[in-house]
Amino acid sequence: MNFDPRLTNRSFSAVGTRPIRPDGIDKVTGRARYGADFNMAGQLVGRVLRSPHAHAVIRGIDTSKAEALPGVKAVITAADLPDLTGGDSALYDILDNCMARRKALYDGHAVAAVAAIDARTARQALKLISVDYEVLPHVTDVDEAFRHGAPLIDDAIFTEGLVEKPVKPSNVVKRTQFGHGDVHKGFGEADFIVERSFRTEQTHQGYIEPHACVASVSADGMAELWVCTQGPFVYRQHCAQLLGMEASKLRVTSSEIGGGFGGKTHVWAEPVALALSRKAGRPVKLVMTRDEVFRASGPTSATSIDVRIGARKDGTITAAEATLRYSCGPYAGGWAEVGAMTAFACYRLDNVRTVGFEVLVNRPKTAAYRAPSAPMAAFAVESSIDELAGKVGMDAVDFRIKNAAQEGTRASYGPVYGPIGIGPTLEAVKNHPHMQAPLKKNQGRGMACGFWFNFGGQTCVDLNIGMDGSVSLAVGTVDVGGSRASLSLVAAEELGIDYGQVKAIVADTSSLGYNDMTDGSRGTFSSSMATISAARNAILILRERAAQMWDIPADDVVWEKGHALARGEKYGNLSPLSLKEIAAQSGTTGGPIAGHSELVADGAGVSFATHICDIEVDPETGATRVLRYTVVQDAGKAVHPTYVEGQYQGGAAQGIGWALNEEYIYGKDGRLQNAGFLDYRIPVCSDLPMIDTQILEIPNPNHPYGVRGVGETSIVPPLAAIANAVSNAVGVRMTHIPMSPPRILAALEAGAGKHDA
Amino acid sequence: MAGIAVSTTINGDAVEYLCQPDETLLDVLRDRLGLTGAKEGCGTGDCGACSVIVDDRLVCSCLVLGAEAEGRRVETIEGMAHGDTLHPLQQKFLEHAALQCGICTPGFLIAAKDLLAKNPDPTEEEIRFGLAGNLCRCTGYDKIVRAVQDAASVMRG
Repeated sequence: MNFDPRLTNRSFSAVGTRPIRPDGIDKVTGRARYGADFNMAGQLVGRVLRSPHAHAVIRGIDTSKAEALPGVKAVITAADLPDLTGGDSALYDILDNCMARRKALYDGHAVAAVAAIDARTARQALKLISVDYEVLPHVTDVDEAFRHGAPLIDDAIFTEGLVEKPVKPSNVVKRTQFGHGDVHKGFGEADFIVERSFRTEQTHQGYIEPHACVASVSADGMAELWVCTQGPFVYRQHCAQLLGMEASKLRVTSSEIGGGFGGKTHVWAEPVALALSRKAGRPVKLVMTRDEVFRASGPTSATSIDVRIGARKDGTITAAEATLRYSCGPYAGGWAEVGAMTAFACYRLDNVRTVGFEVLVNRPKTAAYRAPSAPMAAFAVESSIDELAGKVGMDAVDFRIKNAAQEGTRASYGPVYGPIGIGPTLEAVKNHPHMQAPLKKNQGRGMACGFWFNFGGQTCVDLNIGMDGSVSLAVGTVDVGGSRASLSLVAAEELGIDYGQVKAIVADTSSLGYNDMTDGSRGTFSSSMATISAARNAILILRERAAQMWDIPADDVVWEKGHALARGEKYGNLSPLSLKEIAAQSGTTGGPIAGHSELVADGAGVSFATHICDIEVDPETGATRVLRYTVVQDAGKAVHPTYVEGQYQGGAAQGIGWALNEEYIYGKDGRLQNAGFLDYRIPVCSDLPMIDTQILEIPNPNHPYGVRGVGETSIVPPLAAIANAVSNAVGVRMTHIPMSPPRILAALEAGAGKHDA
Repeated sequence: MAGIAVSTTINGDAVEYLCQPDETLLDVLRDRLGLTGAKEGCGTGDCGACSVIVDDRLVCSCLVLGAEAEGRRVETIEGMAHGDTLHPLQQKFLEHAALQCGICTPGFLIAAKDLLAKNPDPTEEEIRFGLAGNLCRCTGYDKIVRAVQDAASVMRG
């Protein structure tokens, strides 16, 4: 497939327009079917019993009374999900997280499940299950868990990545390191050095739709799973492996998805629902409550990060280092590693070193959350960069421009950048009227940059041309925010037809080849690449069919603006054939016309954003209000600009919630204190201003249209941008996220004595 | 347990059902009547995804008992469009891309309809506070507010 190397002067007809999404009508009329909106005949209600303890040995489970309750059709424990993971430790962790085996590892850890004829009976049955726990000491704080002598969560964990293999187990799973140059030498050349420690609290993705599925296992071993997921193929793989099924016998259909943000990339309830259905011999619907969503799904890491950055008087950064400790929940993860990779990715650094530590705690298993791990690292680094700019005596934007990474810069995590957008977003911010707007008393302005890798991955689409010339596009990446619209635009662009002539759907796992999940901002990037490839394959066939209809060589037929044209003066009397005309004759020219594509979408272009925000702090209450917010981000090419703006705005809003309000609060007993939307408060409409966006388009040379992913980067800068704004407003450097009113009041009080919050 | 017989009006149609005394209106709508447009995001009245209008009053149907609908008029998202003609709010939500995942959309549309019925020309601040009982995690609310402003303008004529 010929990917255009650089996109200059390419004009688009469909791409870049803003049509209404194909799934829109169903979503405004209530017709769209989400995870909990699907039912099967004879379906039972599944419910899960969860540990009330943060850490406890499960000595025994007595399910006999529950099983005897009329209306209960199946009760399962870990014994019903035998270990079939064959030494795959990551898969074993998924299994253990779905249903605790030896120990309950966090408040909310599943220990048993029932399927009953109705919800009332199922709830009653849970109360009849008796679990004999031996409660163990627990640790929920990342710094406490890191220390020697902390309660051990898994005594088989010996820290990987150390020079000498440790002789004692600990809660530190792994140490990773990135960087280049000589940091020691670099700090020696610095005239100014900033050194700070930061903390961020654990947050949840906060999708409004709780996890929901309907599982049906037949007596012959065939199974179906209807589920809200970002990755039906990955869910199929994990469920099939955990239940000992062949993947092809499990058909997974992804429902409409009511938000995921990384949180629906992991199986939790689905293997349980399948095991219940297998045991009961009937379909089982399992829907999490909001309380369960908070206690047992999601969340992101809590972090503790130390940063040190040095610069010369002229504003050149001479060295930068960071140590990042990220909580993983009770299972191994690679979250600090990702934080360590992203921390300094915005900058051109000769001497840089980042070290990440993965830390086990008695909290739910950490899951991906939109640009996972990057926002916390950016908070620590961008706060320090702001402070260092102040010490050097430079404007915060100019200081960043001076040190920004460029094409050819070796990234702190290894690779050399191609064309990138960090410089252009900074220049756009420098020139943005927002930066010049006046501020009043108690108000502050902050800005910050953010980076995300983006991802490509395995992708597959089918493009089928009907006999009426309409086009159905079956994709395998779940549509989380408008990708059916953007992919229809891409198909229309490539075929040269109207957007309305294309209908995109998300196929089930039995109808299309394997696709990686919708994660890593890959949905539109990778599936558009596959769509272009499939469309080009279909065009080859359309040209051949036209050649047949004209009885001329196929090489003499070209495709332009949705029509086959006979090239050459000798064909002057042949009128162009439209896609519709060719499709109408397909039955007599060789059968159905289709284009397929299976590829690994390599070359996802890295993404950068710079945000500006104005806030006002109420000195009496410590409450912070966001007054104005601007997002500038490189999209590569915005396929459907309205939905690109939506991604920018949505990520910024999530970041604002994270920065100011959202946090998991654990009691001394290790139990989550705020497992509901009343006490875990995500931003509501009256909390936010309009969120202005500016889309930059620095084409990704690895994509035929220049597309980069756009979904995740927008959550990376807000924590730091708001922290910088608050710090500027109150005159004290804020180092602990979220900046809730009590923390701001404490900072104001400490500020009187010139201490740090 | 014996069910309670309820006679009510839903989207203009007379409806009768039996429900349990502890069953919410949301569960009745979704599980007994097949009206799954109202969503359960929390079950505690915090997210507004289950918003419906009962006798001209905006409520979270997860906080109303099914039995309480007796003799009342219930409006749900399924009754918002007239045949093929979308309500101006529905149309503007589409045009402004005021939805991404769409799970909160039915609740927002119902809440916005109630808001505009009471205040046909709201300021941005009034819209923001009027819709503060509905959570959206995807959009940052910007496009929702603009869609409501635009729809209000169309509805005022």
